[in-house]
Amino acid sequence: MRHLAKLCALALFSTPVALLAQANLDIQARMAALETATKSAQSAGDNAWMLISAALVLMMTGPGLALFYGGLVRRKNVLGTMMQSFILMAVVTVLWAVVGYSLVFGGPSPFLGNLHFALLNNVGSAPNPDYAGTIPQQTFMVYQLMFAIITPALICGAFAERMKFSAMLLFMVLWCFLVYFPMAHMVWGKGGFLNAFLGGRIPCFDFAGGTVVHITSGVSALICALYLGKRLGYPEFPSKPHNLVISFTGACLLWVGWFGFNAGSALAASGLATSAFVATHFGAAAATLGWVVAEWLDSGKPSVLGGISGCVAGLVAITPASGFVKPFPALLIGLCAGVVCYLMVTRVKARFGYDDSLDAFGVHGAGGTLGALLTGVFATSAVNDGLKDAAGRALPLGLVDGNGGQVLNQFIGCGIAWVLAIVGTLVILKICDLTLGLRVSKPQEIEGLDVSMHGEEGYIFES
Amino acid sequence: MKKIEAIIQPFKLDEVKEALKGIGIDGMTISEVRGHGRQKGHKEVYRGQEYNVDLLPKVKLEMVVPSSRSEEVLKALTAAARTGKIGDGKIFVYDVAEAIRIRNDDRGESAL
Repeated sequence: MRHLAKLCALALFSTPVALLAQANLDIQARMAALETATKSAQSAGDNAWMLISAALVLMMTGPGLALFYGGLVRRKNVLGTMMQSFILMAVVTVLWAVVGYSLVFGGPSPFLGNLHFALLNNVGSAPNPDYAGTIPQQTFMVYQLMFAIITPALICGAFAERMKFSAMLLFMVLWCFLVYFPMAHMVWGKGGFLNAFLGGRIPCFDFAGGTVVHITSGVSALICALYLGKRLGYPEFPSKPHNLVISFTGACLLWVGWFGFNAGSALAASGLATSAFVATHFGAAAATLGWVVAEWLDSGKPSVLGGISGCVAGLVAITPASGFVKPFPALLIGLCAGVVCYLMVTRVKARFGYDDSLDAFGVHGAGGTLGALLTGVFATSAVNDGLKDAAGRALPLGLVDGNGGQVLNQFIGCGIAWVLAIVGTLVILKICDLTLGLRVSKPQEIEGLDVSMHGEEGYIFES
Repeated sequence: MKKIEAIIQPFKLDEVKEALKGIGIDGMTISEVRGHGRQKGHKEVYRGQEYNVDLLPKVKLEMVVPSSRSEEVLKALTAAARTGKIGDGKIFVYDVAEAIRIRNDDRGESAL
């Protein structure tokens, strides 16, 4: 009887304890499920934005840049010029898949990646936490590919209307290996020499490609213009843009696409992406005004070509700064870029007499260098707290944060990009010159690239 | 028969066509041409590079009319094409030896 009473008492007491333990387990499981759900929701949001950004950046090359450049050349070269941009969308993609992505983002060495991701091995839907921990590595890979496409395409503006298609293809393939892949690895690759966030020796801030994209392409463009020489008849019989309406359309597509370029470089749908989006837009707006007003005062009329050139100059200059600066410094950077690039293409080009036909150097080389240097001035941890000390406090970034030494770091970054572009491009031009020959023949140049290189015409009105 | 060749301002084309229609002339050939006489061109600037555009867009009208109607046509044409400023254009008149309507071999003024 006493045993029975004991058993009853035990049962009475133990039931709530067991129930409590079970409830605890239940909460833990629910918490874990909630955590997984939150992560997957963030991943879904980030991935959606990054896929859209990748598409926006591709849109900058085709149709954006193809239209922009296509309208600036003579009618007989419109297809040849558009084809230069378009074919790079195909060529660089293949290079990227085979080794390009791996040489930029594989391995922790200072100057060039390794073959860990060659043939896109180990690149799947799992994130690569070194670069972007919330999106599939494949998204990161294809997003970065779009940068590798547009960068060489920008160079085409310098040798427009006179380069052989075959030589241009060889040049671009070699240029990716000798200039773009090393530079992109140095600035953005893990352990890269200039990578400020992933263990570089010299911390250079380049949010979306001031050094990697615009200095490399712009400076290489200048070398191409000097090496190839002027177009026939330049500058005694200069040629007008044949269709500013398509150039205008292209520039507007570039402006929109640039949101993917800069805001996408946050690699997440984050507050930093918003900040970069705002800075990008403000930089473009101020540079448009800077160029147009400078031109209005200087030559008497505010031209449409001036407006669209200014917007591109501003977008170039704000690119390295976009994820580091507040809106008003962005306006200031844009304004400087508009005026400086205007003077580059009107005064400096005329003074030295090189035929940078579509001003790839005047806009991308000059604007990129200006933007990269000003990033060292205006970068602030109030916008980007990615750099932290051992205690987890955000480190000061640029001169405005009291870190004046950053301007020197930016100088070094620009210097390396300039030297790499000059030396690499000279070597490649020499190789192409000796093997294929760089320039089309004189009769071909007179006939135009459309017919002589591609066997077709851009505008056929009688059919 | 006379051939009248008029080079006029492009923006005057509609008025000229109306005026000619008004006096019963509806056959004409028009081409877009470029040229200049005493009119100076204008300056265009593309990224600081200056271009002097001295060949300006004009419209050339050609028509062949019976000699008896030539004066009347010229009057209507000049009145309609004139703005009174430099650049209004010129009219040239030629004698025509023969006219043939390809469709049915009509010749002379009946082919007009």
